Amino acid sequence: MTDAVTNPAQNTGPAPMQPSALTKRRYAAERRFKAYGVGAVAIGVIALLLLLTSILSRGLPAFTQTFIRADIYLAPQVLDPKGNRDRDDIAKVMTFSYTPLIKDSLASLANELKDGPVPQATPALLAGMVSGAANAQLRDYVLAHPDEIGKTVAFEFLANARIDQYLKGNVTRESAAADSKVDPTQLDIADALVKQGIMSKRFNPAFITNPDASENRPEAAGLGVALLGSAYMMLIVLVLSLPIGVAASIYLEEFAPKNWITDVIEVNISNLAAVPSIVFGILGLAIFINFMHLPNSAPIVGGLVLTLMTLPTIIISTRASLKSVPPSIKEAALGVGASKMQSIFHHVLPLAMPGILTGTIIGLAQALGETAPLLLIGMVAFVRDYPGPLPGGLLDPATGLPVQVYNFTQRADPAFVERASGAIIVLLAFLVVMNAIAIFLRQRLERTW
Amino acid sequence: MSATLLFLILCALAAAGFLIGRYKAISAAGGDLRSLHSLTHYHGWGIALATFLAGLTVLVGLSLASSAFPALAGPIVLPGVVLVAAVAAFVVSYLRIERDFRARNYVEAMVLGLLMLASSIAILTTVSIVLSMLFETARFFQQYSWTSFFFGAEWSPNFRGNSNLGMLPLLWGTLYVSFIALAVAVPVGLFAAIYLVEYATPRFRSMAKPAIEILAGIPTIVYGLFALITVGPILRDYFASPLGLGQSSASVMTAGLVMGIMLIPFVSSLSDDIINAVPRTMRDGSLGLGATKSETIKRVVIPAALPGIVGAILLAASRAIGETMIVVLGAGAAARMSLNPFEAMTTVTVKIVSQLTGDTDFASPETLVAFALGITLFAFTLGLNVLALYIVRRYREQYE
Repeated sequence: MTDAVTNPAQNTGPAPMQPSALTKRRYAAERRFKAYGVGAVAIGVIALLLLLTSILSRGLPAFTQTFIRADIYLAPQVLDPKGNRDRDDIAKVMTFSYTPLIKDSLASLANELKDGPVPQATPALLAGMVSGAANAQLRDYVLAHPDEIGKTVAFEFLANARIDQYLKGNVTRESAAADSKVDPTQLDIADALVKQGIMSKRFNPAFITNPDASENRPEAAGLGVALLGSAYMMLIVLVLSLPIGVAASIYLEEFAPKNWITDVIEVNISNLAAVPSIVFGILGLAIFINFMHLPNSAPIVGGLVLTLMTLPTIIISTRASLKSVPPSIKEAALGVGASKMQSIFHHVLPLAMPGILTGTIIGLAQALGETAPLLLIGMVAFVRDYPGPLPGGLLDPATGLPVQVYNFTQRADPAFVERASGAIIVLLAFLVVMNAIAIFLRQRLERTW
Repeated sequence: MSATLLFLILCALAAAGFLIGRYKAISAAGGDLRSLHSLTHYHGWGIALATFLAGLTVLVGLSLASSAFPALAGPIVLPGVVLVAAVAAFVVSYLRIERDFRARNYVEAMVLGLLMLASSIAILTTVSIVLSMLFETARFFQQYSWTSFFFGAEWSPNFRGNSNLGMLPLLWGTLYVSFIALAVAVPVGLFAAIYLVEYATPRFRSMAKPAIEILAGIPTIVYGLFALITVGPILRDYFASPLGLGQSSASVMTAGLVMGIMLIPFVSSLSDDIINAVPRTMRDGSLGLGATKSETIKRVVIPAALPGIVGAILLAASRAIGETMIVVLGAGAAARMSLNPFEAMTTVTVKIVSQLTGDTDFASPETLVAFALGITLFAFTLGLNVLALYIVRRYREQYE
C-alpha cells in the first residue's frame, strides 16, 4: 500500500523543537563559528579602509602649498648688467644674485608688519619664511619673461616647509619653540600675513611636475622626474613583455610537444612568478649593470628588470585566455585548409586578445608599484634633471614613482612624510585607472563561450 | 652610427624586402596568382623576416661579444657587419623566390623559431639568476669562510675590513617577522575564505571578495609607508612604551602585522579556490547525518581541503620571507636576536638592500655577502614554492 494514512495519534513524541542542552551548545558553537568568519572578513575590510584613510589623510595636503605674495622690483642693473635683454646674458646671472631682490621686497613688508600687528617682525625673520628655492623660482620666471626686467611684478613664492606645515596644522607653537628651523615669531607673522591675504594656501601643480628637491626644501620637491622615469619604464615593459609573453604563451599552449623540456619551462614560469622581487634586482645589478655595463639608475635597466618580473604574470594570464577559446574555432579553420599557424594567428589570437590585454594591464600595474628591484639598480639616487626625450632618455638617470616614495621616507625633515603620502596617492590613482581599464575590458569585450 | 639609427635602417630594409618579395612573387606567377604555392604576402614576409632577424641577431651577438672583444664595437665594424648580414639574408631569400617556392612553410618555420625563443626566456632568466648569484657567492666564499657566514651569530659589517657577517641574526629576524605575519594572515584569511564560501550570500560575497582582493593589488611600498607612519607609532605609543618593551617604532611587530594584512588576500583567495573544490557531495553527506554547518566544515571540509590549505600557507610563507619594502621601512636595521617583538630587528632582504645600495665596491666581502644572502633567499623561497605547488597539484588531482 503506497498511500499510507498518517495517524495523528501516533505523533506524540517529546514536544517538538525543545532543544536539549547538547543541541544548544552545538548551535552556540555554530553561531560563534559564523561570527569568526564575519570578524575575519571585517578585519580585512577594516584594514583596507584604515590603510587608505591613513594614506589619504596624510597625503592630500601635499597637493596644496602655502604661497607668499610679494611685489618684486626686477632691478635691471642686477639682472641684466649689459642692458641688452639678451636671454643668454641674463642666464649668466647666477641664482644667488636674485636673493637680494627678494630680501629687499620682504624688508619693506617686514617694516609694515613691525608698525602694525607684529612688533617683533624683522626682515631676517620674514626672509626665513620664504623657501630656499624662491630665488631659483624667480630666476626661471625672469628667463621666461626677459621683457619684465625693470618692472615691478607681483610674484608668489613658496613658503618654507615649516610655515606651510603650520598652516596645515602640523606645526604648533610648542613644537616651534623646540625647533631650530622656525621661530614662534614667524608663526605670528604668518598669522598676520594670512589675515592680510598676502599668504595663502592653494593647489600646487608643481608637486606633480617639479623634480625632486634637496633635503632642506621639502616644499619644492615634486614628482616630475619620477613620473617620467616610471613612464619610460612602463613603455619598455609594455613593448617587450607583451610580444614576448604572447609568443611564449602561444608556443607553450599550442605548439610545444609534451616532453620534459616543456615541463621544465612550465615549472620554471610558475616558479619565476613567485621568486621574491628583490632577487630580480640582484639579477639586474649583476647582468645588466656589472656585466653588460648599462648605466646605473637608467630607465632601460629598470624596464628590463621589470619586464623579466612581469613576463610570468603575462604568460600565465595569456595562456588562460588562449585556453578559453573553444577548440572548435581552431578546428573549423583547419578544416577549411588553414595551416596551424594561420588558424592560431587569424582566429584564436584575436578572440583571446581582450583577455590578454587585461592580463597585460594587470601585469603593468604590478610592475608600476614594484620598488625593491629598483633600489638595487641605483634608482634611489637623487636625480634633479629630467631624463631626455626618447630613445636617448632611456639611458639618462631617473627615478621611479615608488622609489621616490622610498626616497622621501629616508629624509629627516618631517615635511617629507606628507610628500611621500602624496606620491603614494598619485601612484594609487594610476593603479586605480589601470585596473578600471582592465575591468572594463574584461566586462565589455571578453566573451564567454 | 647609433644603435637606434641602425635599428631603423634594418626596419626600412625589411619593409623594402616585403614589397620587393611580393612584387617578385607576382611576376613569377606569370599572371595567374593561383599557380603560386604560397600567397604573395608570404613571399614578402619571407624576405622581410629573414633580413630583419639576420641583422638583429648579428647586432645583439656583436654587442654581447664586444664586452670581451672591444674591437668589435667599433663605429664602422659593428654597423658594417650587421648590414652585410642583413643584405646577405635579403639577397639569398630574394633569389629563392619562384613559383613553387614554399614561402609559407619557410615563414612559419621562422615564426615558430621566434615563439620557441620567446618561451626559452623564462629558462634563461632562471639560469642567469642562479649563475650570476653563484658566481659572486663563490667570490665571497673565497674571502670569507662559509661556516662563519651560515653559523655566525654576529652581523657587523665594517667597510674597513674584519667584518662579522654571520647570517643567523638576519635569518632570525626574517623568520620572526614571517611568523607574526602568518599568525595574522592565516586565521583571518582562512576564516574569511570559509565564510565567503560557506555562509555568505552571493550578494555579500560579490562585494566582500573584491574588497579583500584589493589588498593584494596594493604595492608593497604603500604597506611600508603605512607601517612607518601609522602602525609603528601607534604600536610604540600604545603598546611598547606603556608595557616597557621598547621605544622603537620600527619593530618586528610593526612589520609582521602590516605584512600579515598584505598576506590576507593570498591566503583567502587560495583557500577560497581550494574549499570550493571540495565536492558538494561530501558536505551533503555530513549535513544529512545531522551535523551543523560548522561541524561539517570543521570535520569534513577542512580535513579534505587540508593539503591545499597547507600549500597556500607555504606560498604565503614564501612571500613573507622574500618581502622587502615592508621590512625595510617597518622592521629596522639592527641585526639582533631577541624574543621581544617590539624591538627593531632586521631581515635578509633588508641587508641585501643596504649592502647593495650606495657606493659599493664589488671586490669587498661586505658587498659580495649580499649575493650570498640573495642565493640563500632564492633557494629558500624556491624550495617552499616547489613544495607548495607540488602539494596543491597533488590535491587538485585528487578531486578532478
